[in-house]
Amino acid sequence: MQVSITVNGAEHSADVEPRTLLVDFIRTNIGLTGTHIGCDTTACGVCTVLLDGTPVKSCTVFAVQADGRSITTVEGLKQNGELHPIQAAFKEEHGLQCGFCTPAMMLVGSKIIEDNPNPTDDEVRWAISGNLCRCTGYVNIVKSIQRAGEMASSGGGA
Amino acid sequence: MTNRQATTDHHAPTTSPEVGGVGHSVKRHEDDRLIQGAGNFVDDIVLPGMLHMTFVRSPWAHATINGIDTSEAEAIDGVLAVVTAELLAEYNLAWMPTLSGDTQAVLASDKVRFQGQEVAAVIATDPYIARDGADAVHVDYDPLPVITNPMQGLAADAPIIRTDKEDKNDNVAYEWESGDAAAVEEAFSKADHVVALETHYPRSHPAPLETCGIVADVDPVTGQATLYMTSQAPHAHRTVFALVAGLPEQNIRIVSPDIGGGFGNKVPVYPGYVVATAASLVIGAPVKWVETRYENLISTGFARDYHMKGEMAVTKDGKILGLRVDLLSDQGAFYSDAQPSKFPAGLFGIVTGSYDYRAAQITAKGVYTNKAPGGIAYRCSFRVTEASYLIERLVQNAAYETGIDPADFRAKNFIQPDQFPYESPTGFVYDSGDYETAMRKAMDMVGYDELRAEQAKAREEGRLIGIGMASFTEVVGAGPSQDYDIIGLKMFDSAELRVHPTGKAILKLGVKAQGQGHETTFAQIVAEELGIPAGDVKVVEGDTDNTPYGLGTYASRSTPVAGAATAMVARKIRDKGKDIAAHLLEASVDDIEFSLGTYSVKGSPDASVSIQDVAFAAYTNFPEGMEGGLEGVHYYDPPNMTYPFGTYIVVVEVDAGTGQWKVDRMIAVDDCGVRINPMIVDGQIHGGLTEGFAMSNMQWITFDEDGNCIGAHFDNYLIPTAWETPRFELGETVTPSPHHPIGAKGVGESATVGSPAAYVNAVIDALQHTGVRNIDMPVLPDRVWQAIQDSGG
Repeated sequence: MQVSITVNGAEHSADVEPRTLLVDFIRTNIGLTGTHIGCDTTACGVCTVLLDGTPVKSCTVFAVQADGRSITTVEGLKQNGELHPIQAAFKEEHGLQCGFCTPAMMLVGSKIIEDNPNPTDDEVRWAISGNLCRCTGYVNIVKSIQRAGEMASSGGGA
Repeated sequence: MTNRQATTDHHAPTTSPEVGGVGHSVKRHEDDRLIQGAGNFVDDIVLPGMLHMTFVRSPWAHATINGIDTSEAEAIDGVLAVVTAELLAEYNLAWMPTLSGDTQAVLASDKVRFQGQEVAAVIATDPYIARDGADAVHVDYDPLPVITNPMQGLAADAPIIRTDKEDKNDNVAYEWESGDAAAVEEAFSKADHVVALETHYPRSHPAPLETCGIVADVDPVTGQATLYMTSQAPHAHRTVFALVAGLPEQNIRIVSPDIGGGFGNKVPVYPGYVVATAASLVIGAPVKWVETRYENLISTGFARDYHMKGEMAVTKDGKILGLRVDLLSDQGAFYSDAQPSKFPAGLFGIVTGSYDYRAAQITAKGVYTNKAPGGIAYRCSFRVTEASYLIERLVQNAAYETGIDPADFRAKNFIQPDQFPYESPTGFVYDSGDYETAMRKAMDMVGYDELRAEQAKAREEGRLIGIGMASFTEVVGAGPSQDYDIIGLKMFDSAELRVHPTGKAILKLGVKAQGQGHETTFAQIVAEELGIPAGDVKVVEGDTDNTPYGLGTYASRSTPVAGAATAMVARKIRDKGKDIAAHLLEASVDDIEFSLGTYSVKGSPDASVSIQDVAFAAYTNFPEGMEGGLEGVHYYDPPNMTYPFGTYIVVVEVDAGTGQWKVDRMIAVDDCGVRINPMIVDGQIHGGLTEGFAMSNMQWITFDEDGNCIGAHFDNYLIPTAWETPRFELGETVTPSPHHPIGAKGVGESATVGSPAAYVNAVIDALQHTGVRNIDMPVLPDRVWQAIQDSGG
């Protein structure tokens, strides 16, 4: 089936099998490997991308369902050579260790602070509870997202 | 071994923040690529003409294989080959040695021995087609009786699992004992109380978010095998491949790229690595194999599964006299623990804990069952987690038995600071410690006395508050070559340092990080020793062609062993630099002093050159007769293990009506010696405390009576989310290791080792007045509720 999906602002057309998962389309067809695969059952969330601005787990979306729609992956966070505040904050607050869940966590975090730049600890924890991390105990992920909110609302990037 | 080390609250850095030596929270060098999606994980690697491999796995836990029909699969367009044990046998690869001296089926031939075992592998042009092919392979099985625990395995009429082993007529994998039975007998004869605890440390799985995988690329012309692998121990794996596959070792290059968490899961050699390599060799094209989560949980690297019986002899005034432990270890179908060969039950001998008594005895028996093999050290130094859990649970129960507060009971029995180095009754020589100082600090942080009062008051109101403690001691940093080897390979580790003419450096290590931040912390060690800013030091790991030999990263051994090697090689460079500085300053080498990156002449501080000047001179202006360049390599054989310790205190509230429990406070005071990067140390502790919580609260792989694995998906193998994870409060004390060049001990696993007992002790403490003394992990609400019903409370 022919699909046309905008990824990080660029349109990509391809002929895909109906069963092709969005995550495989992103990783294999487009070659953007910052989006990871961790469980295939929508449980771990490391494949999260933004679909028309909303976080979805791309291992449970078919590529054909994204036809005509717009995707943001981790590779699309940096704009005009400037790190997104969420990226700068994850480094600053040691929000990552192995880095495998990080792209997804940052994308969810970017959505959280877009909706509310001053989320409480509990608000962040609830909002990222669809995304697992095995390294950090979430402590510094929560701090990173809150810090990014501060940076974004003060207009700062990296 | 030097004298006793003083304990302090904090280790202050001596270098400037710009240099970023030991003690600075330097931001991580590895983050820049990882936050931009530019990490390079195994599944990200794509080679021209690369094929994809998927396994056909057994639905049965124990069954004879009558035949495998691959014809339908082979007819699928895009399927290139279906590999079975029959094909592997032609290359002598149907079985492989394990890291514990046993053998393991690469692909099942005679029978399957656990659910999820690899039976055949389909190689195809596309991963989706490979799965179609796997679905089209038909295997004819005859189910056999199943053993799902070691007690069944030891029964007289038990079916024999390892029929592949000649003359094997039982299911015993190993027997082992340690300690002094006569001394224990005597200690128990003098006891006023014998405190007994029988508990199961359940089967668990490290479940790093990146599963295991390989891209095997064997060049059909040159025979060069480049294997991109999720490997925590690339050099050891290269040697295993040379031994298993018979490939010349110089033609094997293992590249372990970015690793998405390991926690011990990526230490063993799995059938997938071997079959993909064999397939690449036979077909002549690169082959990728990446597990699904189901495959990861059902077939690779389980941990724990120890049935433990402990008895402690105690006097009426609360002095421990002796300890007796009997272990039944559930090994699964193959004994494949990745651990030092001299220690069949790992370093379980550390079970005597932080306490001073002279009598201990451990007996252990490993039993084959129809479950996945593994027995890996899940964020743990080889069974130290099981040991620490048992002693800390027993100590709390002993405190109840003697009517002494658990904190006071510990204080009465702690090894005292002036007793170090302290030889334990099982033969470990603890390097340094001050256990009571760490415990008192944790008690101050939590407000222990007030909490006990609050607990008593709450109990009167019908609320159940529990305060649990664990004062653990670990043994990490394997290890001294006289005692520690894996399949004969001595457990030293290495560092190679090259200082370039412009004063920038590259450090190459035999270990391999999976999130620990080596690219930052090891650069900081160089910064500390040489004064070269950490930002000027590139750290390279995980490529066997380009790093010195080492045994890898697990069991908290990187800082104790490779960290020491880094300090030592930097000192070699520093010493050579002294000769060059003397030449540049026209002074006698005996008059040259080095401090914070500057060589100066004694008594003339103005006469000085920087390490960068010396580096330049090493290539441009060195004394006659000296070898040029400024490079070195060091293989560090540690004189002893290191012994991190600490006290964790957990406060819970238990709902008597539902059995649910919630963590109100979690205080962790860790002493891991000198902290190289405090930010990273805290991060390691956060992660470990979360995994400890997971094991105590929800993580559990279990089996039904037919051997069906329950816990092979994240829907039933529960990983804590940010919502359930407790909020942590951290504290520190610093007692340097006397034998480590920079006094560090390692920290990656302390919190996983020490915290499960603290969580469980807290739940028991909430119920102890009703007589409850044990609930097995995971402490699920129904188990708590049942314990309350059974106690009549």
